[in-house]
Amino acid sequence: MTSEVLDKPIEKTATQVLETFDYDNVTPRNFAIASIVFGVVGMLVGVIVAFQLVYPELNFNLQFTTFGRIRPLHTNAVIFAFVGNAIFAGIYYSLQRLCKTRMFNDTLSKIHFWGWQLIILAAAITLPLGITTSKEYAELEWPIDIAITLIWVVFGINMIGTIIKRREQHIYVAIWFYIATFVTVAVLHVVNSFELPISFLKSYSWYAGVQDALVQWWYGHNAVAFFLTTPYLGLMYYYLPKAAQRPVYSYRLSIVHFWSLIFIYIWAGPHHLLYSALPDWAQSLGTVFSVMLIAPSWGGMVNGLLTMRGVWDRVREDAILKFMVVALTGYGMATFEGPMLSLKNVNAIGHFTDWIVAHVHIGALAWNGFLTFAMFYWMFPRMFNTKLYSTKLANVHFWVGTLGILFYAIPMYWSGFTQGLMWKQFNAEGSLQYPNFLETVNAIIPMYAMRGLGGLLYLAGVFIMIYNLWKTVASGKFTANEPAQAMSLVKNSIHEHDHWHRKLERKPVKLAVFALIAILIGTAIELIPTFLVKSNIPTISSVKPYTALELQGRDLYIREGCVGCHSQMIRPFRSETERYGEYAKAGEYVYDHPFLWGSKRTGPDLLRVGGKYPDSWHYNHMLDPTSMSPGSIMPAYPWLFEQELDNSNLEAKISAMRTLGVPYPLGYEKQALADLKAQSEQIVKNLKEAGIEAKPEQEIIALIAYLQRLGTDIKVK
Amino acid sequence: MIRNVLESIQGIDIFPIISLTIFFVSFTLMLIWVIKADKKYIKKMSEMPLEK
Repeated sequence: MTSEVLDKPIEKTATQVLETFDYDNVTPRNFAIASIVFGVVGMLVGVIVAFQLVYPELNFNLQFTTFGRIRPLHTNAVIFAFVGNAIFAGIYYSLQRLCKTRMFNDTLSKIHFWGWQLIILAAAITLPLGITTSKEYAELEWPIDIAITLIWVVFGINMIGTIIKRREQHIYVAIWFYIATFVTVAVLHVVNSFELPISFLKSYSWYAGVQDALVQWWYGHNAVAFFLTTPYLGLMYYYLPKAAQRPVYSYRLSIVHFWSLIFIYIWAGPHHLLYSALPDWAQSLGTVFSVMLIAPSWGGMVNGLLTMRGVWDRVREDAILKFMVVALTGYGMATFEGPMLSLKNVNAIGHFTDWIVAHVHIGALAWNGFLTFAMFYWMFPRMFNTKLYSTKLANVHFWVGTLGILFYAIPMYWSGFTQGLMWKQFNAEGSLQYPNFLETVNAIIPMYAMRGLGGLLYLAGVFIMIYNLWKTVASGKFTANEPAQAMSLVKNSIHEHDHWHRKLERKPVKLAVFALIAILIGTAIELIPTFLVKSNIPTISSVKPYTALELQGRDLYIREGCVGCHSQMIRPFRSETERYGEYAKAGEYVYDHPFLWGSKRTGPDLLRVGGKYPDSWHYNHMLDPTSMSPGSIMPAYPWLFEQELDNSNLEAKISAMRTLGVPYPLGYEKQALADLKAQSEQIVKNLKEAGIEAKPEQEIIALIAYLQRLGTDIKVK
Repeated sequence: MIRNVLESIQGIDIFPIISLTIFFVSFTLMLIWVIKADKKYIKKMSEMPLEK
């Protein structure tokens, strides 16, 4: 299977044999190209969604390009396609060299590469079609989830197999980070993807309400940790010494960095749910561990920056080192800011605002983006046996990209603070200073425009890189199989006097198991109470399952990605109860598969929107938001008026919900369609009284039913 | 919100104490090992990426 054809002994010593073999450069090259191509796509979509918040017409009045549907396309493309492919490019290149062996199996490498690209393609098709679970960074539907699991296992086998057949006795710290990434992402993905399929492309989350929220943010937080951070730290520990041509500042520190990071990170998830259903101790645990995270994170940053001591003169000319300095600085900024945002008083202002958007983009643009660019500028000339076409252009890319980050981040911070403060501002009489949510939106539109320009600048930098790498590739000759030599590893050599940790780091499987244990301890303590929550949530007797029509409307809400801009979580602050009504109770969400709390308020919270306006208001508002809310930046949804509601899965949906514990009476699925029609007729009648001619089959009718139901179960005022 | 929900789980107050203990013990063990680690080994490890 492997094409390690040149594995023949050349020269023998008493115990070791000098072996000749070759490194596979094709796989890292392919992943790198895929990363760049999908990076452009993902960033372009990002720029489009950014400008849609200034000019809503930029959705071209098409459902497939509207904000709610393509915002997840942007996040998924950037995280899993741009960063994901870059991770694999970097790992496949460095792992072989650190292990002094070719990858375990060429076929597995190919399956991994093409499988991952097919998954990305599936995401690019399904998300604009509105096929989504709505859970952030886990939007893809169940068949794609299964494909991700399979391909991830292929990656794992290929990686662990390579480490096992290595010719280097010790496993360098970068590989520990790779192993931890593999193990943890596998656990995260599987646990968060528990869902009950009702058709080929539709499923309901196994968890409901509070439980779903806790699992989702345990996942969401650690996706950042173990997909955007640990693999990149591994890459940093390989490519930074390469680029600086000197060993890492302190290898001891890197070991401390590794164990403390993977141990602490997993605990910090609850900081996404401050002021929500968690008891105080769990919220405090999340906060304490978040603050503790500063230590290993900054240890890593300092370790990286100090590696460059003595070569700072080269930073002036060498674009690769420049990119790395900014990447590490961005890592340091984001990992300081994260713990600060998890302090409750800061979180009270920052949560749901653009501050979070700024925070994640410091991480994405500076840390992930710039480290990726540095890595590619380093790898391409070496794989193509040539010099970089133009160091000058690389420096131009650096400055354009850095300006892009500043133009992006500064307006977003400004807008985040503005929103956070305006939402909470009371006047002397004790009522809200800005009772109309739109005032707080219109105040920040110039910031949205500037942010779009920042994104555009950053993307322009990427095009400069593409030109530069293209010219580099054209001037060189690609080495598909790079020859190398190394001494064979002596099997069964005796190291009885070695310390336990040194024994451990020679055994990749055991190291993986230890890493797994480290992350499972935090996971168990975070999640076990979560799984017990369900039986402990005080039932609110007035909270009833959704009617058939409301359930259908809810699925439309999910399809259109409304959760991307509207939260359904009123926190217990006076500023929120004044604006939105009674604060949220955990018992209200018990039938919500999935939960729809949201994480961002570009528009107002909708938890208590039910009954606030007549049906006709919603009808007109969805057709043209500015007709009801002048100055609104919400796009129009004309297709909801043209398309007919698809009831073909209604029975399966009701049955699935009952399987998940929603108390629909036995046999109700047979009656559901009749109920649905009756409720539709009633809404059509209400609309007619307001002078609107509507048809009961229109999708908008179901959406109105859902919106009018929201929060009405326990409406107090 | 239902701040008291998890508090109704029996013995839940031991969770944070266990977590902190486990973390503290493993972190200390790791730190001791790192400090005691052999200089030659550390040097060899740190130079690994620079080998051709």
